[in-house]
Amino acid sequence: MDPEVLIDYFPRYAEAFLLTVRLGFTGIFIAFVLGIVSAFFMHFKVPVLSQFFGGYIEVFRNTPLLVQLFFIYFGLPKIGIATSAEVCGAIGLGLLGGSYMAEGFRSGLDAVSVSQTESALALGMTGGQIFFNVIFPEAFTLSVPAIVANVIFLLKETSIFSAISLMDLMFTAKDLIGLYYNTTEALFLLVVFYIVMLIPVSVAGNLIERKVRYKMFGA
Amino acid sequence: MDEILNINNLTKAYDDINVLDHVNLTVKKGEVVVIVGPSGCGKSTLLRCINSFEPIREGKVILDGETINPCKGKLNEVRERIGMVFQNYELFPHKTVLQNMILAPVKVKKIKKKEAEKEALALLDRVGLSGKKNSYPRQLSGGQKQRVAIVRALMMNPEILLLDEITAALDPEMVREVLDVVINLAKEGRTMVIVTHEMAFARAVADRMVFIDGGRIVEEGTPDDFFENPKTERLRKFLDSFSYQ
Repeated sequence: MDPEVLIDYFPRYAEAFLLTVRLGFTGIFIAFVLGIVSAFFMHFKVPVLSQFFGGYIEVFRNTPLLVQLFFIYFGLPKIGIATSAEVCGAIGLGLLGGSYMAEGFRSGLDAVSVSQTESALALGMTGGQIFFNVIFPEAFTLSVPAIVANVIFLLKETSIFSAISLMDLMFTAKDLIGLYYNTTEALFLLVVFYIVMLIPVSVAGNLIERKVRYKMFGA
Repeated sequence: MDEILNINNLTKAYDDINVLDHVNLTVKKGEVVVIVGPSGCGKSTLLRCINSFEPIREGKVILDGETINPCKGKLNEVRERIGMVFQNYELFPHKTVLQNMILAPVKVKKIKKKEAEKEALALLDRVGLSGKKNSYPRQLSGGQKQRVAIVRALMMNPEILLLDEITAALDPEMVREVLDVVINLAKEGRTMVIVTHEMAFARAVADRMVFIDGGRIVEEGTPDDFFENPKTERLRKFLDSFSYQ
């Protein structure tokens, strides 16, 4: 491995890293919001909306991200909706992630027993007060491991972005290999940058998990 | 004494089976009514009907002269006035003892947090748990959890307290500490409707005993009459099932 090549490539990877992180976390944010909203409607079986979001979850959980991105990036312009590749990437990741997050949150909501709601009702609390102070915090605590796993999974899925010509880490590696044939260096940096991106997330995830779950389950 | 609760001709049915069959019961202010009966006789269902947790088919529940109408919106205001303690404590596991107690007063009654905490600490002190104010429910024993559940209900200053088999999930040696709290509440003149299987406790705490079987009130009376001279065969049999002589 040639250290000079590594130094040479470094700025391009750094740039790709920033793009990957930015789009990855934007997508995860969208997934988070979408997941909570879908889980809410599914858990409380709100008519029409629960069917709508149920359908959404099935479609996006059962198709690959690559296919979804092609659809959004190449398909939507055909019906007059054209946006940049970056927006497509973030939205695609958000839609895929939302379907996974929804199931994570829903398992948490379903695991909170009905009698918790009853005991809060017996204290005179209203539905909204109960949801935000009792049900949601408990459900979130129960969902944290699934949510953390989803975040890591989604960050890794960003490697698909290269398929819609976004210059993410994967794209950069493939591009450099194609141009200069320094395969070893290019792939080495690719692995390093993914690890640099994901290890902190994994560590933070564990810390959050421990902190949130301490109340209900102890250390 | 004033009448605080009036259950009038209440019928609760699942499909075609009447679990409560035209039940009439009144509770006066300061009175402790203890309901006993075999499993599945409808005694817990009766408590849940008072609180509108169960839809009723016929009859009505009148709280302090006001018919409880299970149309939404007002139900939470009614429930605010009726305290309820459950068999499985149902503390909020993600909140400390103190947070459990002040949640409803702060959110529902809009009492200032500081004041609510002060009140909560005084109540905790009375049940011997002030040292546990920052503990989470998982760190407490069953008896401690149930004592917290009782004082949590008291925080709302309810006009009537419903206790639904509050010692049924406890280890025998913890039953006493919980029932002592209830006996003290009775001495203070709290109005309570208690469902229990603890006969000695029932006799000690009750102003009036009610025996329910098959969804009907079969017999009621003063504790002494009830336990010494049961009038019906069914009650005699029921009471016999608790004795080993």
